[in-house]
Amino acid sequence: MTAQGILQIALFLIAVVLVTKPLGQYMTAVFDGRANFLRLLEAPLYRLAGVKSGEEQDWKHYAGAILFFNLLGVAAVYALQRLQAELPLNPQGMGAVTPDSAFNTAISFATNTNWQGYGGETTMSYLSQMLGLSVQNFLSAATGIVVAIALVRGFARKGSDTLGNAWVDLTRCTLYVLLPIGFVYALFLVSQGVIQNLSAYANLDTLEGGRQTLAMGPVASQEAIKMLGTNGGGFFNANSAHPFENPNALTNFVEMLSIFAIPAGLCWVFGEMVGDRRQGWALLSAMAVIFAGFVLLAFASEQAGNPVLSRLGADQAVSAWQSGGNMEGKEVRFGIANSALFATITTAASCGAVNAMHDSFTPLGGLAPLLLIQLGEVVFGGVGSGLYGMLVFAILAVFIAGLMIGRTPEYLGKKIEVYEMKMVSIAILTTPFLVLAGTAIAVVLEPGLAGRANPGAHGYSEILYAFSSAANNNGSAFAGLSANTPYYNSLLGIAMWLGRFLPMLAVLAIAGSLAAKKRVPAGVGTLTTHGPLFVGLLVGTVLLLGALTFIPALALGPVVEQLMLFAQ
Amino acid sequence: MRLIRPALVLFTGLSVVTGIAYPLATTGLAQLLFPHQANGSLVERDGKPIGSALIGQAFTSERYFWSRPSATGPEPYNAGASGGSNLGPLNPALAEAVQGRIATLHKAHPDQDGPVPVDLVTTSASGLDPHISPAAANYQASRIAKARGLSAAQVQALIAEHTQGRFLGLLGEPVVNVLALNLALDKLKP
Repeated sequence: MTAQGILQIALFLIAVVLVTKPLGQYMTAVFDGRANFLRLLEAPLYRLAGVKSGEEQDWKHYAGAILFFNLLGVAAVYALQRLQAELPLNPQGMGAVTPDSAFNTAISFATNTNWQGYGGETTMSYLSQMLGLSVQNFLSAATGIVVAIALVRGFARKGSDTLGNAWVDLTRCTLYVLLPIGFVYALFLVSQGVIQNLSAYANLDTLEGGRQTLAMGPVASQEAIKMLGTNGGGFFNANSAHPFENPNALTNFVEMLSIFAIPAGLCWVFGEMVGDRRQGWALLSAMAVIFAGFVLLAFASEQAGNPVLSRLGADQAVSAWQSGGNMEGKEVRFGIANSALFATITTAASCGAVNAMHDSFTPLGGLAPLLLIQLGEVVFGGVGSGLYGMLVFAILAVFIAGLMIGRTPEYLGKKIEVYEMKMVSIAILTTPFLVLAGTAIAVVLEPGLAGRANPGAHGYSEILYAFSSAANNNGSAFAGLSANTPYYNSLLGIAMWLGRFLPMLAVLAIAGSLAAKKRVPAGVGTLTTHGPLFVGLLVGTVLLLGALTFIPALALGPVVEQLMLFAQ
Repeated sequence: MRLIRPALVLFTGLSVVTGIAYPLATTGLAQLLFPHQANGSLVERDGKPIGSALIGQAFTSERYFWSRPSATGPEPYNAGASGGSNLGPLNPALAEAVQGRIATLHKAHPDQDGPVPVDLVTTSASGLDPHISPAAANYQASRIAKARGLSAAQVQALIAEHTQGRFLGLLGEPVVNVLALNLALDKLKP
C-alpha cells in the first residue's frame, strides 16, 4: 500500500460523509411531501393514473403495487430487446437479442442487479439502452428506495395500518431525487469526455494506418443514473473501465462517490424520520467500519502484485513513475489504489459497475469484493436495499442481545417478536441459500462447468461469484465466465428475481407489523442503539453470519488459490 | 383494476420522462455545450480524424511508442468491442502471454536489461487504455531515439512534456497518452 493511495481512500470517505446530510435532508423533504417544485409534471400523472396522493396503502397493497410495477418493467425490457431490430434508433442494425439473454437482462435490470451476460456495444440498440435499460436504472433504484422508506415509516409510526402510497413514493423518488441529480451529473460527465450522441459508430484510419471502429451512443445519460442508482450496467462491455464511460481520475472519483451518496444519505433519512439522528449515524458507522477493512485488504493484495509476473521479469514495484502491482485487467489512469477502491465500493454497494476486471485480481484482492457481496449487500448496499438490509441485521443484532440478557428485544421502541424474527430469517437466509444451492448445482452439471474461463480453483470462484452477484443483486462478475448461455441466463435470472423480491416482501411485512405497534418508552434495560457498543454488535452480526455461511465455499476458491500463489 | 391503471399510466409516464425526454435533453444540451467531448474527443490530422484522445491505438512500428497489450478481439484496440482478458493470476495462459511480451520487448530494447514496467506486459480492463505509465514510456525512449535519429534527451523531454500528473496532485496516477505522444513525435521529426 502507498501513502498516496491511502490518502485517496481517505479523501473519498470524507467526501461521502460530506454529502450524507445535505442529500439526506433533501430526500427527507421529498418523502415527507415538502419538495413540490415539479407539481406541474406530477399532478397530471396522478390524475391520469387515478392516484390520490393523500390515500395510503397497507403493507400488502404497497407490496402488490411494487411487484406489479416491476413485472411491467421486465416485460417492457424483454419486448424492447426482442423487437429492437424493427425499432428506431438502431444505427448499427443490431438484431433481436436471443430469448434467454433478453429474459436474463430484463430481470437483471428490473431487480437493480445489472448483471450483464451480453456485451453492450455489440448487442443493444440505442433505443434498448435508453428506453429499456436506462428506464429500469431509474425505476429499480426508486423501488429499492421506497421500500426502505416504507420500513423507516414502520419504525416511525405507531398504531398505523398504512405505510404510505407506493405510486406517489415511486413517482416522487424518480422525479425529485434521481432525475434532477442524474441530469446535472450526466452533463458533468460529458464535459469530461463521456460521449453523448446518437451517431453510428465511427470508422477511422489510425495514426499507423490501421482501421479502428469507435462505438458511439447516448452514454453519459445512462452512466449517470447507472452509478447514482447503484445499478451498474455499463453501456459498454468494459463498463466504467471504458474511457468513454470513465475518462479520468476526476470522473472516477465522482462515479465512486455517486455510488455511496444515496445509500449514505438514506441512513440520515432514517435517523431524521425516527426522530433520533444518532441512529442513522450509528448504521453509517457500522457500514464504514466494515468497508474500510475490505478496502485495505483489496488494496494491499493488489499492490503486492502477482509473483508469477515478477519471476518472468515484470517490474511490479511502486515508484514515482508507475503504480506497480497487479496491472492485468486494470487501467493505467486508475492504477492500483483506485481500482481496489472502486472494486470494494461497487461490491459493498450493490452497484456492480467495474473500472477493473475482478477476474484478474489476486486471490485475496478478489475475495474482498466477493465476500462483500455475500454479506448481503448491506455495507452501504444498493439504494434503499442497503438500508433495509442493514435494518434487518440491526433487528437481528438486538434480538441476539436480547437473548444474551434475557429480555424481550426492542428496537427504537418497537418490540421485536416472533413474527418479525420469522420475516428477518426469510430476508437474511434467502440469498445465501440461492448462492450456495446455485453454485452447488452449477459445479456438478456439464453446462455449468463449461462456462469457466480459468482452470482450477479460479474457475470455481467464477461460478461462486456469479451466483453471489446475481442472488444479491450486485451485477459485477468474474467476467471470464461465459454466462450468456441458456443455462446460466435462466438460472441466474431466477436467482436475481428471488434474491430481490423475497427479502423485499419480508421487509414490507416487517414494516407493516412495526407500524401497527405502539412505541414503548425506553427503560433501564433497553439496549442503546446509537453507541459504539451497538455498532460493534451490528458489525459482528453481519461479519459472523457472512463468515459462518460462506467460509467453506470461499476456502475452496480464493483461499486455495492464494495458498498456491504463496507457493510460487 | 386498482392496481392496473396506476401501474400502466405511471410506468408509461415515467418511461417517457426517463427513457426519452431525459436522454434526448442530455444529448441536446451536450451537443450544444460540449460538442467535442460528446462526439468522442476526436483527434484530427490534416483535417482527417485519426483517433480519439481517449481511446488507445495499436502501435507496432519501431518509430512509435507502443501502447499496452490489448485483449479485445478480433484485433487489439477494437473500440467496437471493449473488454479485458479475464485471466486469473495463476492461469498458465497469462504467464505464457507475459513471457512472450517480455521476450519481444527485450529484443526491441537491447540496452534495457532490467525488469519491464508491468503495465507494458499486461492487458488493460477495457482493452482500450489510451495511456502508459511514465516508466513504460521511458523504457522505450532509447529505441525511439535510435529509430528517429533523435537524442535521448530530446525524447525524454518529450515524454516529460506529455506526462500528466495526478488530478490536483492527488487523484489517479501519472499517465502518458500514447497517441498524443506519437503525434508530437511525428511533429518533432517526421
